[in-house]
Amino acid sequence: MLPVPLGHYLTVSAILLVLGIFGIFLNRKNIIVILMSVELILLAVNLNLVAFSAALGDLAGQIMAMFVLTVAAAEASIGLAIVVVYFRNRGSIEVEDVNMMKG
Amino acid sequence: MNWISALPELVLACAGMAILVFGVLAPKNAFRLASMFTIAAFLITAMLVMGGTTSLGYSGLFSSDAFSQFVKLLILAAATLGVIVSLDYSEHENMQRFEFPVLILLSTVGMMLMASAANLMSLYLGVELMSLSIYVLAAFARDNLRSAEAGLKYFVLGALASGLLLYGISLVYGFSGSMNFADLSAELTSASQASTGVTIGVVFIVAGLAFKVSAVPFHMWTPDVYEGAPTPVTAFMGTAPKVAAMALLVRLLSGPFAHLLAQWQQLIVLVAIASMLLGSLAAIGQKNIKRLMAYSSIGHMGYALVGLAAGTPLGVKGVLIYLVTYVFMNVGTFACILAMRRRGRAVEGIADLAGLAKTDLGMALWLAIFMFSMAGIPPFSGFWGKLFIFQAAVTQGMWVLAVIGVLTSVIGAYYYIRIIKVMFFDDAAEAFDARPASLSFVAVAGGLFTTGFFLFAAPVEAAALAAAKVIFG
Repeated sequence: MLPVPLGHYLTVSAILLVLGIFGIFLNRKNIIVILMSVELILLAVNLNLVAFSAALGDLAGQIMAMFVLTVAAAEASIGLAIVVVYFRNRGSIEVEDVNMMKG
Repeated sequence: MNWISALPELVLACAGMAILVFGVLAPKNAFRLASMFTIAAFLITAMLVMGGTTSLGYSGLFSSDAFSQFVKLLILAAATLGVIVSLDYSEHENMQRFEFPVLILLSTVGMMLMASAANLMSLYLGVELMSLSIYVLAAFARDNLRSAEAGLKYFVLGALASGLLLYGISLVYGFSGSMNFADLSAELTSASQASTGVTIGVVFIVAGLAFKVSAVPFHMWTPDVYEGAPTPVTAFMGTAPKVAAMALLVRLLSGPFAHLLAQWQQLIVLVAIASMLLGSLAAIGQKNIKRLMAYSSIGHMGYALVGLAAGTPLGVKGVLIYLVTYVFMNVGTFACILAMRRRGRAVEGIADLAGLAKTDLGMALWLAIFMFSMAGIPPFSGFWGKLFIFQAAVTQGMWVLAVIGVLTSVIGAYYYIRIIKVMFFDDAAEAFDARPASLSFVAVAGGLFTTGFFLFAAPVEAAALAAAKVIFG
């Protein structure tokens, strides 16, 4: 049995997920903040996976968490590279300036 | 540890590394050679896939079966054609860097892994390998603001979608106790009623994958990214990844989650209807042909989802045949779009096609065939794809879905046929530059496939049915 009940972990991780999603959609300032929000979402998932893994007594969740960490690092590096390319062309990384094409 | 079951993927991944090393060590620009090696690697892999056996390898992480073989061959065909159409464009637009074919190759490895995933872990890694490579490809023309913006938009929304997918995976894992498809299936079938946690997880997973196939309401990135990305990347992005993501949806929903049909069917029906409606209505006012193709692909994915919503082997067979026809007509259309070049500059307005029949009858005819096929007019392949889809829906008594599908394809026919009208009846604009052989080859190959599909529909149908039966066990 876990010292802290599973429900608490799930609540924290759900809150983190919602914070991350709102960070992407409500943020009108800076693209770096969006990258941070993406990391927040992935960390919420990791918390979920590790908590489930401990509760179920099954290792798959922890292995998955390792993969998620690795992929998150790759994703952050690619994201930053794209932001640098964008900055070189546009001279700004304000979210409001990402408006060449209207969709 | 049956590692031989992943032989095609292993060979392709090693070839990717070798081409990368070659590109770095080559004395001068190795773009063309690297592209040729990539095409050769795809062909060798396709042969390995065809010679593969049915097996479950890597402790149940990786499944090689008729379904994955069918999908992998289609993905490899789309990727090969994608590399071929990029040859000429890259040299014109000064992006002839050898990383380009290598990135296409790596994302193809990811897609093949998706087609073979038998565990939520391998599924996730396949999706990420595919997506990360395509984020870079979308921003590949790095001196071009529109390309950089397309890459940025695709990356941000794609990362959000992977986050949702992953959250869904964690919920399904937590509430069912396994990541393995076979165990999941057994667990969900034995449960007397579906657990709420698993249902919410499935909804998250469907949302994440619906983003990858650009189904409404997760389509908002599609028009911008299609318009901004370099055109060969758009051609690639519109075919192979859609096939892989759709195959993954099929494998998940009709495989381990088949028992939750009542839960996900409503969802897929709604997404399909919304995609078909948006795809046909929003495309009407478009002036840029790449943007038009974006809405067209949203609509096409809506039709493919109709087959999935039926939830029967007949429906999955329809989805697979639809994807086959979709890949070839889409890649052919993009070969024609890439050939739209005046005095060395690429143009992409629909108005630029004016009077094409008078200046270049061959290209106008091929493009007309693709447009008729996309509108679903017999005897072209697009008609047969739609026929099998609607047949599956009607067999399941989903009349509303089939009727909406037929109505939206009538509306969609308007904007496809408008292009034909512009090409054949408007006053001729200045002629396009001479077409390079690579584009003519892809357009003719796609056109012949689209026109002659009814001649060899029977073996494709048999293969699709065999593949569909694997999923339903």
